[in-house]
Amino acid sequence: MSDSRRKQSGGAGADTFESELARLEAIVEELQDDSVELDAALRLFEEGVRRLRAVTSRLASAEAKIKLLTEDEDGFGLADFDA
Amino acid sequence: MRARRGPPGRRSGADRSPELFLDPTFALANAEPADYAPLEPNGVATPEAVFDAPGESAATAIPVAALTEAARDVVEGAFPRLWVIGEVTDFKRHRNGHWYFCLKDAESSIRCVVWSRDQRRIPAPPDEGMLVTVLGQLTVYPARGEMQLVVTAMEAEGDGLTRKAIKRILARLEADGLLAPERKRALPRFPRRIAVVTSPDGAAIRDIAAVTRRRSPSVEIVVVAAAVQGDNAPDELCAALDLLARWGDCDVAIIGRGGGAREDLRAFNNERVVRAVAALPMPVISAVGHEIDMTLCDLVADLRAATPSVAAEAAVPVHAEVVASIVALRDELILVTRRRLDSARLRVDTARRAAAVAGTRAIERKRSRIEMVGGRLHALSPLATLARGYAVARGEDGVARPRAAAFTVGERFELLMHDGVVGAHADDVRVGETLGEI
Repeated sequence: MSDSRRKQSGGAGADTFESELARLEAIVEELQDDSVELDAALRLFEEGVRRLRAVTSRLASAEAKIKLLTEDEDGFGLADFDA
Repeated sequence: MRARRGPPGRRSGADRSPELFLDPTFALANAEPADYAPLEPNGVATPEAVFDAPGESAATAIPVAALTEAARDVVEGAFPRLWVIGEVTDFKRHRNGHWYFCLKDAESSIRCVVWSRDQRRIPAPPDEGMLVTVLGQLTVYPARGEMQLVVTAMEAEGDGLTRKAIKRILARLEADGLLAPERKRALPRFPRRIAVVTSPDGAAIRDIAAVTRRRSPSVEIVVVAAAVQGDNAPDELCAALDLLARWGDCDVAIIGRGGGAREDLRAFNNERVVRAVAALPMPVISAVGHEIDMTLCDLVADLRAATPSVAAEAAVPVHAEVVASIVALRDELILVTRRRLDSARLRVDTARRAAAVAGTRAIERKRSRIEMVGGRLHALSPLATLARGYAVARGEDGVARPRAAAFTVGERFELLMHDGVVGAHADDVRVGETLGEI
């Protein structure tokens, strides 16, 4: 049994890779709007840089192993799986 | 084999217990047809037949139940389960849940029953007049003494029953809106974790793993194990789909089974399985059908893939493309921010120039206003009134005398003029005599 137990995070959780990238795209779009206050624009840029770092580091992670979804009285678990 | 007659030795009729005759297992039970030859071929009882066997004489008459049950045992023993072909007539679904019908051809008919517990293996109840092939055990229905075929499997010409069952489920899915095109969800463009509902030792998971490793090695695969064919498949698939739905921690799911020739797709047309697929909280790709055969599972999934490999290609983007789109996003972020800063600088400059111009104008406006207010103040001052030739009378007590009545005769007072003061004496005071009356 792997120790990377995860509790249910409600599906498309707050910070999935997908949602990080979607937020990035929204930031770029927002920045194209000149009516955004300058300090708000700079905050958006900083957030964008932060999210870029996050997705880049997640992309760089090593080859993923195949896991087997299990459930027992402790909740859900991901066991190693040999294909 | 049980002895057909009593043990050797004389026994009186009184020794025969009546219960023994009521017990249907007595003597005849589990017997084989050969046992029912009551007499030796020559018709003479064997020497050891010291008393008549059950049913051999009026004195040993057997109850009907013993006969029908014995007959049942004989018939069941004589016939293995057989496939029988015939036409369905008089189909009735009894309120106890069992199906009753007759199977007939031009010459004969036989009563058939399908116990409710055996019906789940039959795709749909047959139609009246349908030509079916049934797998059944021939038996005797003791209550009527009739032969009856206990059916446990049924097939109709050209998959008729399966097609009928699928049509019925399809209509229910349609009615519940599960086939509506607007239900189809878009697949995530950048999944990090995909769940695969399949057999852990099938070809599907190996194919999906191979494609994923080639395209995006860092994408995680989580197997949710279930049998994909056989009697347990629907239950196991439902359990796996339920587990996956409750866990929910993946971006996209694939429900798949390995390729091959003609295979058993029944589990993927099972209504419970199909509804569980439709209820998954994440987008799902179905890779269970064939090129030709669609399953109901394919119809409710967000995407149908011909094979598990194709499903993996649809689910998992090529790593380099993901990197490229992230780089593009980074460049775009820098570009728009720079543009935003440039435009902000431009606006600051413009605003400063505008402020300078506006400032000058404001001061001029203020000055002219002060002059105007000053003029009005001047006009309202008593000094200006005096300048126009009016005077203020003031008593020796220094108090102004604004009314005639304020004067006393003989009093001295002063007249304050624009350019000086005049001493004066009140000779007489005529209150009420005003300018209007002069």
